[in-house]
Amino acid sequence: MKLINEKKPAFPWFGMDIGGTLVKLVYFEPVDITAEEEQEEVENLKSIRRYLTSNVAYGKTGVRDVHLELRNLTMCGRTGNLHFIRFPTQAMPRFIQMGRDKNFSSLHTTLCATGGGAYKFENEFRMMADLELLKLDELDCLIRGLLFVDRVGFNGHPECYYFQNPSDTQSCVKKPCTLDNPFPMLLVNIGSGVSILAVYSENNYKRVTGTSLGGGTFLGLCCLLTGCETFEEALEMASKGDSTNVDKLVKDIYGGDYERFGLQGSAVASSFGHMMSKEKRDSISKEDLARATLVTITNNIGSIARMCAVNEKIERVVFVGNFLRINTVSTKLLAYAMDYWSKGQLRALFLEHEGYFGAVGALMELLKTTEDP
Amino acid sequence: MAECGRVDSNTSHTMDKSITLPPDEIFRNLENAKRFAIDIGGSLTKLAYYSTVQHKVAKVRSFDHTAKAAAGDKLYEISMQEEVTARLHFIKFENAYIETCLDFIKDHLVNTETKVIKATGGGAHKFKELIERKLGLKVDKEDEMTCLIKGCNFVLKNIPHEAFVYAKHADSEFRFQTTNPDIFPYLLVNIGSGVSIVKVESEDKFERIGGSSIGGGTFWGLGALLTKTKRFDELLQLASKGQHASVDMLVKDIYGGSYGYLGLTGDLIASSFGKSATADKDFSKEDMAKSLLHMISNDIGQLACLYAKLHNLSRVYFGGFFIRGHPVTMHTITYSINFFTKGEVQALFLRHEGYLGTIGAFLKGAEEDNPNQYSWGENYAGSSGLMSVSPDMNPMQRARSGTFDMLEMDRLERQLVNLPLLQDPSSYIPDTVDLTEDALAREYWLYCFEEALDGVVKRAVASQPDMPEAALRAEKFRQKYRHKLQTLRQQPFAYGSLTVRSLLDTREHCLNEFNFPDPYSKIKQRENDIALKYYQKAVKSLDELSWEEKQFALVQGVLAGNVFDWGAKAVSDVLESDPEFGFEEAKRQLEDNSGVDIILGVMPFVRELLSRGTEVVLASNSGPALNDVTNGELQILTERIAAMDPVIEAGLREDRLLLVQSGSSSPCLDLSRLDKVLAMVVRERQTDLVIIEGMGRAIHTNYYAMLSCESLKMAVIKNSWLADRLGGKLFSVVFKYEVPAGKPNKDCGAFSPS
Repeated sequence: MKLINEKKPAFPWFGMDIGGTLVKLVYFEPVDITAEEEQEEVENLKSIRRYLTSNVAYGKTGVRDVHLELRNLTMCGRTGNLHFIRFPTQAMPRFIQMGRDKNFSSLHTTLCATGGGAYKFENEFRMMADLELLKLDELDCLIRGLLFVDRVGFNGHPECYYFQNPSDTQSCVKKPCTLDNPFPMLLVNIGSGVSILAVYSENNYKRVTGTSLGGGTFLGLCCLLTGCETFEEALEMASKGDSTNVDKLVKDIYGGDYERFGLQGSAVASSFGHMMSKEKRDSISKEDLARATLVTITNNIGSIARMCAVNEKIERVVFVGNFLRINTVSTKLLAYAMDYWSKGQLRALFLEHEGYFGAVGALMELLKTTEDP
Repeated sequence: MAECGRVDSNTSHTMDKSITLPPDEIFRNLENAKRFAIDIGGSLTKLAYYSTVQHKVAKVRSFDHTAKAAAGDKLYEISMQEEVTARLHFIKFENAYIETCLDFIKDHLVNTETKVIKATGGGAHKFKELIERKLGLKVDKEDEMTCLIKGCNFVLKNIPHEAFVYAKHADSEFRFQTTNPDIFPYLLVNIGSGVSIVKVESEDKFERIGGSSIGGGTFWGLGALLTKTKRFDELLQLASKGQHASVDMLVKDIYGGSYGYLGLTGDLIASSFGKSATADKDFSKEDMAKSLLHMISNDIGQLACLYAKLHNLSRVYFGGFFIRGHPVTMHTITYSINFFTKGEVQALFLRHEGYLGTIGAFLKGAEEDNPNQYSWGENYAGSSGLMSVSPDMNPMQRARSGTFDMLEMDRLERQLVNLPLLQDPSSYIPDTVDLTEDALAREYWLYCFEEALDGVVKRAVASQPDMPEAALRAEKFRQKYRHKLQTLRQQPFAYGSLTVRSLLDTREHCLNEFNFPDPYSKIKQRENDIALKYYQKAVKSLDELSWEEKQFALVQGVLAGNVFDWGAKAVSDVLESDPEFGFEEAKRQLEDNSGVDIILGVMPFVRELLSRGTEVVLASNSGPALNDVTNGELQILTERIAAMDPVIEAGLREDRLLLVQSGSSSPCLDLSRLDKVLAMVVRERQTDLVIIEGMGRAIHTNYYAMLSCESLKMAVIKNSWLADRLGGKLFSVVFKYEVPAGKPNKDCGAFSPS
């Protein structure tokens, strides 16, 4: 027992992904703690465990996504629950402060971190909290985490899903599926910005391209256009809006389909095109603007992803990232866009743990580093 | 996506209302106008029509040879004749003027055959009723994209230096591309309110392969919402002053620096508007506009690159109102393409991009005239040229340049093609120095042409002694050409790359415009008469020389003849500045050792080649330019020489000496636009030596031309500034013989004298 313990990293087990907008934190809560362990466990560690597992909100902005929790998971020979927590990157200084106040450094654990913030905040962790980060590449972590979660499944259900009948809003339904043979896949990670990767195996992938029109753009523009403050608020407004009051459609220009080029009248010809007219600007609702922003960004990502899939000759397109959280408008739109424009050749796939794979990948690195020295 | 969705109408510019439109200067030659086409966009209307222009040409006609005995008789007579040529007029004006313009056209339209006007553009249906009522023509709508592509093919084929690369920080912002004879395939990215990406494979085959709804309308609509600024160009102006980094989340905002592992630099935009997701901060209009501009330009650039890659295309042209001459958007699109293709693909723009729709609509209506079987040339005298609508330009200037703009294309009598002997037609650049890039040379030549203007005006008047109103016309010519020179000083890129050739051609176009088709005709006539008398003597004295001496003397003869060029500054200075040094005297002074270029220089050289058994194709200008011999004159001269020289006579009789037109009316020579017949002869005769003679053709142009056969470029540097530049002295000789690697010799030469 002692021998095994030595090989394992000391608790607590965290994996952290510090993005441009959000910090994603995964925490492994061991449930197989022996009485002996319980006794040895320092108070500090206990209080962290209790704090994290007994709350669903932390401070003003921290949230635990309880519905995503992976229960009775075995990692590195230990059984436990994997918790998924997020808070805004803006709160990072307070988080580091907390690390200092709770004397986190005394636990002698390695803090595995990925995302740009691992680099940006490295010094602050060191100076403020006496913590040394193990910095990891975000794309490595993303792929590793994604493959792991897909492998272990979502508490007995598949992690992955797609939409059946994406072209028909009436009969379009979410269907679970498995990524049995996931390669090659085009992985589209929509965070603040977007990265698109062609993944051929766990260790063989390339970043095909990216776009700066991502979740940050949606939220940033929504804040400017509607005065909203949060992603939830923006999505709530978007869900009530109608983008066709904002966007110019093909039929607004041609009176119907543009047959010469096979363009449907309902296709968007110019995003925000109606807003060139002052009268229309003066009468437009915030909800319509939010919806148009969402549709514009989503369609654009879909379009770039589709082109990449064709260029890379990959048929499976997996969309992840926190932009898709509670965002069925976008997931359905992406599913539709992939299907429609590829004439059914491409399939859009989604994963339940949307934005957390980087953090999971970081945690796995922690477990791996101590497994094979 | 759909390119067109031009813009709503409430955009007419209030600031321009004070500027009145001078319709008679714009809608020219309406008397004979027919085949109208109109393209009505969101803010600009583009009108096209075909017209015929009557202008004077100098024709030469041989006198009856039997009467030649009388001494002092002229060799041939020169007559001014009216000639009718076809011209295409394209006029761009603001929609605000549409009614005024239609009224004007109606009042001046004499031709009643025309029943239909072809129309395209988003505004075509809106103004349909107005056009039909005002002009009494039936509006016939044409598909917008089809027109656009047709127009694009037309300008790419017919206008050299149509396409350019934009480089904001370079010495010359506009880098014009050499015209590749094969324009297909290419990608046209049309950025209207949406974006259309069209792959064009041939004249009639094109396909919309993709598009995006994020386009000019998004910039305008979203920009207006964010900044409360109504006008598109005001938005661009805001954007050009902003700092996007205060609104965008950069890689360094996330990483603290660069993302080295992926090679993403810290300044790269990670998330557009990523910093504006906060309620407690205000952002400046300028910064938001800039961020939006980057977002949209990058997005379009990225899609264009993905499509270019998928279809393996490297020529990507950008157009649409988002681009239309705006340096700000040309810069951001160029940057984006450069970034996404790592410099492998260059964003190309078109000088006449705004006219493509109307050109295409016109061509659709003119299909029975088969305009595509002709070659066309931009008339520099009647075209406004590319205007920079830089936001730095003052509003008055901008308004004026936006008020109206013209393009005129002349139908050329001859169809022009590449010289088949060009080593690489796609990389051939006729001009030796690009004055757009060389500021020092530009200064000099502009000064030089301005200085020479008085002399040209004088000569123009002198060439038409029987016409009392010639002085007035000449004055108008002076004003026009001086204005062109001033424009070129401000905007050297106005007509493509500025070169000595284009300056000379512009002058010819302006002279023609005011009916001075050939100011040198009389001078040439006198010269030829006198030189002809010396021909036999010259040939005889050459024949008395040893072979080696003779070869040397022949080359000297060609080069010496070349000095005798009234257009060159150094020579004309000597001739015209010193009143003591009279015109006739000058000729006598020079005659003894040089004679006239063609008769005493070139002809003896040709004779020598013929006597060696070499076949000679003698190419000369189709139309007049300075004192260069024209094909018409050369025909007569050669006949006369043949009458006294059995070698020349035999050459003509046995078809070993051929006189052909070059297709050019310029003192310079563009080997990529030569008469089709010349090209055919060159191919048939398997020409293996090309001789290019004279400063205009061998120095200003073609000095670096690479041919697939042997070539000889010979000239005398008759300009001291140029001589200095080339590191030589005034009247130094250039004698450049080049052999392409691994070519065997054969006996046939082509000769292009000045």
